[in-house]
Amino acid sequence: MDGLSNQIDYILEMRNITKEFPGVKALDQVNFSVKRGEIHCLVGENGAGKSTLMKVLSGVYPFGEYSGDIVLNGEVQKYQGIQESEKAGIAIIYQELALVPEMTVYENIYLGHEIKKKNTIDWNETVVRSSEMLKKVRLKITPETKVKELGVGKRQLVEIAKAFSKDVKLLILDEPTAALNDDDSKNLLMLLKELKSEGITSIMISHKLKEVIEIADTVTVLRDGKTICSLDAHEGEVTERVLIKNMVGRAIDDIFPKRNKKEFGDKILQVKDWSAYDHTAGKDILKDVNIYARRGEVVGIAGLMGAGRTELAYSIFGNPKGYKIEGSVLVGGDNKRFHHPSDAIKAGIAYVTEDRKGEGLILIQDVKKNISLANLRTLADKGVINDNEEINVATRYKDSLTIKTPSIEQLVNNLSGGNQQKVSLGKWLFTQPKILILDEPTRGIDVGAKFEIYTIINKLVEEGMCIIMISSELPEILGMSDRIYVMAEGRITGELPVEKASQDEIMEMATV
Amino acid sequence: MSFFSELSKLLKKNIRDYGMFIALFIIMSVFSLLTDGVFISPRNISNLINATGYIAVLAVGMTLVIVIRHIDLSVGFLAGFLGAVAAILLTSYGLPVVAVIPVILMMGAVVGFFNGVLVARLGIPAFVVSLAGMMIFRGALLQATSKTGTIIVPNPAFNAIGNGFIPDFELVDGLHTVTLLVGLLGILFYIYSEIKSRRKKQHYEFEVIPVSIFYAKLLFVSALIGYITWTLASYNGLSWTVVVMLIVTGIYHFMTKNTVLGRHIYAVGGNPEAAALSGIDVKKITYFVFSSMSMLAALSGILYTSRLQSATTTAGTLFELDAIAAAYVGGVSAAGGVGKVTGSIIGALVMASLTSGMNLMGVGISYQYMIRGAILIIAVVFDVLTRNKK
Repeated sequence: MDGLSNQIDYILEMRNITKEFPGVKALDQVNFSVKRGEIHCLVGENGAGKSTLMKVLSGVYPFGEYSGDIVLNGEVQKYQGIQESEKAGIAIIYQELALVPEMTVYENIYLGHEIKKKNTIDWNETVVRSSEMLKKVRLKITPETKVKELGVGKRQLVEIAKAFSKDVKLLILDEPTAALNDDDSKNLLMLLKELKSEGITSIMISHKLKEVIEIADTVTVLRDGKTICSLDAHEGEVTERVLIKNMVGRAIDDIFPKRNKKEFGDKILQVKDWSAYDHTAGKDILKDVNIYARRGEVVGIAGLMGAGRTELAYSIFGNPKGYKIEGSVLVGGDNKRFHHPSDAIKAGIAYVTEDRKGEGLILIQDVKKNISLANLRTLADKGVINDNEEINVATRYKDSLTIKTPSIEQLVNNLSGGNQQKVSLGKWLFTQPKILILDEPTRGIDVGAKFEIYTIINKLVEEGMCIIMISSELPEILGMSDRIYVMAEGRITGELPVEKASQDEIMEMATV
Repeated sequence: MSFFSELSKLLKKNIRDYGMFIALFIIMSVFSLLTDGVFISPRNISNLINATGYIAVLAVGMTLVIVIRHIDLSVGFLAGFLGAVAAILLTSYGLPVVAVIPVILMMGAVVGFFNGVLVARLGIPAFVVSLAGMMIFRGALLQATSKTGTIIVPNPAFNAIGNGFIPDFELVDGLHTVTLLVGLLGILFYIYSEIKSRRKKQHYEFEVIPVSIFYAKLLFVSALIGYITWTLASYNGLSWTVVVMLIVTGIYHFMTKNTVLGRHIYAVGGNPEAAALSGIDVKKITYFVFSSMSMLAALSGILYTSRLQSATTTAGTLFELDAIAAAYVGGVSAAGGVGKVTGSIIGALVMASLTSGMNLMGVGISYQYMIRGAILIIAVVFDVLTRNKK
């Protein structure tokens, strides 16, 4: 540290970081400073810019794609890729762990930076050093254990051991406890504290405010891509309430169009004692979910990522992921058993997926073919598609949803996010649904397009449709819904009429 | 904008669609020059097209298999085996041709359905399923021909499929009038459907190609059909193989372009998750595509056995790779979801032209394989590069 700087010893300073995506400013003049040897927690709503900030830091977005300075140990860094940031001693441990299950712990720890002797791998040395790393993270297993035999908690520790093997100076954990049970979480937090006493600096991104307060020396809050505040946890001012205020403290102004009438009909959809088990993940993803939705109503489903909201939608919509399901779904009072999405579509349910590009649209096909896809049979006579009819339908939705495209024969890939979302909406509206499930309907699209989509939603419910809207954006939930369910860890943790709901309250229910 | 700048703009934009035709045109011109016109002689062109038949029908089926992101390696020996079964049914059991053909086609469809179940229901990679099929049918072919070796088929009706030509009125000496008539009808139909489709696009105010280019295209394609018909007519006329090829291509072209089934196949290939969520039964589509593939393999076996007038112990060797190569050369995308059956037919003709041309020039078989391999790679590189541009 040279004498001209402040007296505080910062290991990392990110100064005025701005990162733009087409149409969206993901980070706007963000300042983020981490003191040497502290545990610094980074909090904020989904989409606040936490992950983007960490991707800037680690070089996923290389120098030149952002503006501002990254200063590590007093020197400006210009990373071109992850390799360079790793070399500088920055290690990020992501939620989705990057270990190879079929390999042993020691193979995993030194994967990518193998210890070599005369150009061949020195396995003995690898095992010995792996043991040391495991000791460092207090993991009592032999290095020969295969990773697939370990639970999530231990895998997390192996990841940290791997970071140590690369001589880490700054350890970054992205929601490390999201997938862990209580014991494993406690263990991990304990380890972080012990590492702190050994002089390791950590940055932890977390949604679990209780553990943030428990462990943090400093908490930085991001909101809408801006630094809101950086609080010293030892000054006693940091409570959950304070953090939530700072995280959500936005006014809901004219972003949400007003609805002209609110008339709720009968309960068109009822989900009773609904539980689901995911074989591939090997865990329960939904437990005893009971919800209903009425005609003419927007039901918001709030919750953090991984709370089970998308899984709920999938399990209702014909269960294409093959979960093991218990419970019943009633549409218009009739008990329904859907074996395939086509059954759900026939019963009048439509599902606009969260992942537009991956699961919603066929990007290499044109607007017309995408819109007609889910209800092609009504356009066909004895299996032969009536071209003119299809063109009319596509044109109708292009006009009514104001899809901006040069032609309905334009490939969907060439449209903007907002217009892709409208194509997705058009496709599902063409199935004439009674119940429309929208999963993150405005993710990644600009403010103007958001407003248009909200307007469409309002128009649809005024016409008597029932809309279930899953969203991570609390203002959107509060601005659009009539009634709100909050989910956490696969359960419904709260139900609120919108008049009684507040962002703070939802946040509390979502972080149980 | 002038005609040629319009043309070059259009070619650049649709290079993927026109690339194959241009390649075929260049290859044919080059070989015609290098062989002093022997390549382009009526006899050679007729032989070339007839010899493409059994690969072309495989390429049509393979197109759909690759479109839904799978592969089928078993079709070569399946064709060989079913060709041998056809020969046995005709000779040892003395069944009539009209009975044998549907039976063989059904057998093919059943095998394909079984493949489809293994792939879609049990989730076994198509590569593995069809590799196993390849071995099994190779063994089955050897078993079927083990007693007699090559099975000679002395059935003129059957052998006409691979060697015969459609009948003629013999009005003009040295010219096959029925063939000319068919060609003329083809040209008229082509012009009619192009004009109709253009009118429709204009009605809906879609983008259409400039009128000068449109007429040039009509003229060019009509001339091409006319030329090929004339060439065939001045030899023996239209062969039954070509008739079969045209019918198969016609059916599949219509199916992929105009039916719900076709649209669903391309949706599954373009994005299987989105297709499933749109209510499409991905498994059923997979069963269908594999069944159709193996049925076409059966047809290929019939064409080949008929052409050789016998079933041999090595029939079907490497057919599958020729078919896959034809599909890729014909613009089917390795990433799935993209590819036309007509493109694959052109691809098959490109590969057959290469073989024929190089044979005429006396190029050694070793070089022939290398050159064909190089062409395949060039075609796929071309596909990848033009795809990323968009």
